[in-house]
Amino acid sequence: MQMQLPVLWRYQLETDRETLKMSKLITTPNLTDPDGFYAELLALHEGLDKDKSDAINARLILLLANHIGDRDVLRQAFSTAKAG
Amino acid sequence: MNKIFEVPLYPYQRSSDQDATTPPRHPVVVIGAGPIGLGAAIDLAQQDVPVLVVDDNDKVSWGSRAICFAKRPLEILDRLGCGDAFVDKGVTWDTGKVFFDTREVYKFNLLPEGGHKRPAFINLQQYHFEKYLLDRLHELQRQGKPVELRGGNKVMSVDAQTDHVKMLVDTPDGPYKIEADWVIACDGATSPVRSMMDLDFVGRVFEDNFLIADVVMEADFPTERWFWFDPPFNRGQSALLHKQPDNVWRIDLQLGWDIDKEEEKKPENVIPRLKAMLGDDVEFELEWISIYTFQCRRMEKFRHGRVMFAGDSAHQVSPFGARGANSGLADTDNLCWKLKLVLDGKANESLLDTYDVERIHGADENILNSSRSTDFITPKSEISTLFRNAVLDLAEICEFARPLVNSGRLSVPCTYDNSPLNGADVKTMPERTRPGSPALDAPVKDGWLLDKLGNKFQLLAINTDAPDDFSAQNISVETIRLDVSDEVAERYLGNEKSAIYLMRPDQHVAARWTSFNADAVAGALAISIGN
Repeated sequence: MQMQLPVLWRYQLETDRETLKMSKLITTPNLTDPDGFYAELLALHEGLDKDKSDAINARLILLLANHIGDRDVLRQAFSTAKAG
Repeated sequence: MNKIFEVPLYPYQRSSDQDATTPPRHPVVVIGAGPIGLGAAIDLAQQDVPVLVVDDNDKVSWGSRAICFAKRPLEILDRLGCGDAFVDKGVTWDTGKVFFDTREVYKFNLLPEGGHKRPAFINLQQYHFEKYLLDRLHELQRQGKPVELRGGNKVMSVDAQTDHVKMLVDTPDGPYKIEADWVIACDGATSPVRSMMDLDFVGRVFEDNFLIADVVMEADFPTERWFWFDPPFNRGQSALLHKQPDNVWRIDLQLGWDIDKEEEKKPENVIPRLKAMLGDDVEFELEWISIYTFQCRRMEKFRHGRVMFAGDSAHQVSPFGARGANSGLADTDNLCWKLKLVLDGKANESLLDTYDVERIHGADENILNSSRSTDFITPKSEISTLFRNAVLDLAEICEFARPLVNSGRLSVPCTYDNSPLNGADVKTMPERTRPGSPALDAPVKDGWLLDKLGNKFQLLAINTDAPDDFSAQNISVETIRLDVSDEVAERYLGNEKSAIYLMRPDQHVAARWTSFNADAVAGALAISIGN
């Protein structure tokens, strides 16, 4: 027969498991050639008026969010972006 | 010729109650003869519960109003013995198209799966809907079922006691008093009963106006739901085109907040808007014009002692998603069998509190979906417009963005997860038939599964057996044996070889096992009636 853990322990165990499963947003350098990336990002918006740039940025966020897919990572990105 | 909604179909007639010396007591009084009130009356009358319906009007709905009816309500109508009339007359559709500016960006099919008797949706004017319910009610009367409908009877006051309700009812012959053991208030979003009882109705107001124009025209648009974001003929706003029977087309145009409603409703202002949309050469006739604003809100509780609220009187949502009348029918679907058990003394009054639990869960789901649709359709800030347009732009070229397009998340049945009435589950069986779910239809050897279910407790035996004469809690349970077809296996067995499902009278799954065990079924039955 399996031993039953007290409710609180079981809860803590579950919470720990959930935390472990959760991926962490990468906030350390992860891009090769950072200067090259930055230049490409600016080039994307080169010569565009603000409306066009805003629209591109919105589409970019949606595309990248879908690529990441992990809602936990996205939530961490939301809060890091807001705090910044 | 008069339109159906101009004809008094249940004109005032004097009743003997008006001459009674003491107020007559009725087991159940339903206030309001709209789709929900009539549905409740039919449900109760079918179960031989005497029911009186009172309404201050004597006609069906003025104008077409609610027009989209989903699969689950059609299944409820089948259980009420009248689904065919609605489906035969209604326009069946399952495809929706979304346009952004002049481009088609997305097309969806609401019921990609076969093996269901009823379609994903039909469109049918509310006046036809109510007329067919009235026909069914009259049919039950002819069969001697205890149901009465009194037109021209306006409830003036409601005095809710702990064990009954006193009402004052006004008529062309003056007022009279009646009492009821139970009252179901189906008197609409502006519910006078709710006001008379001084009950809350809080929620979120959406600052927008929509013009509905129902036009009669010969047009060769397909029977699909067409939704436009920011079309050239209604810049910066949305538009909807949808077909109804009798060549009537629903056109819904967003107008914005700062408008003069009376001016906008005038045909000389409506017609140019419609011509801009349909083209100058299309001949049409206006059937009905209305301007609406909406709120997403619900009562804190739907049960107040002996008075139960159902439909729009209890909860209100935006029209995007067809979640109004559809969810109202689900309310009385949930309530009537419980009320019958309480009236028969087979369940405690507290069973009715689970009407609150289960249907508030449904209402919250509808309010959430409907609020989200509205936030997508009518963005509230510059940045939300930016993201909305980004989603629409991407939807045309990337599949991932299509599920983000929200032109109304169309009504799907509610599963009563976490309901106190849910019993045992087998996790290896399909998730969509877990306890709390409405039964999924499937073809069976002499018809459809859902036609065999409902109005009583039943056991579904699949690849295993159960007794014919099982009973517990003074309730006898019918056994239905199903052959295993691909649909039955996929919808009810999952990874198991056999199954026993205990079904509630509202066709929802109460509990399920892999084989019959009398004690287990008796226990689940007790749970499912709140004992």
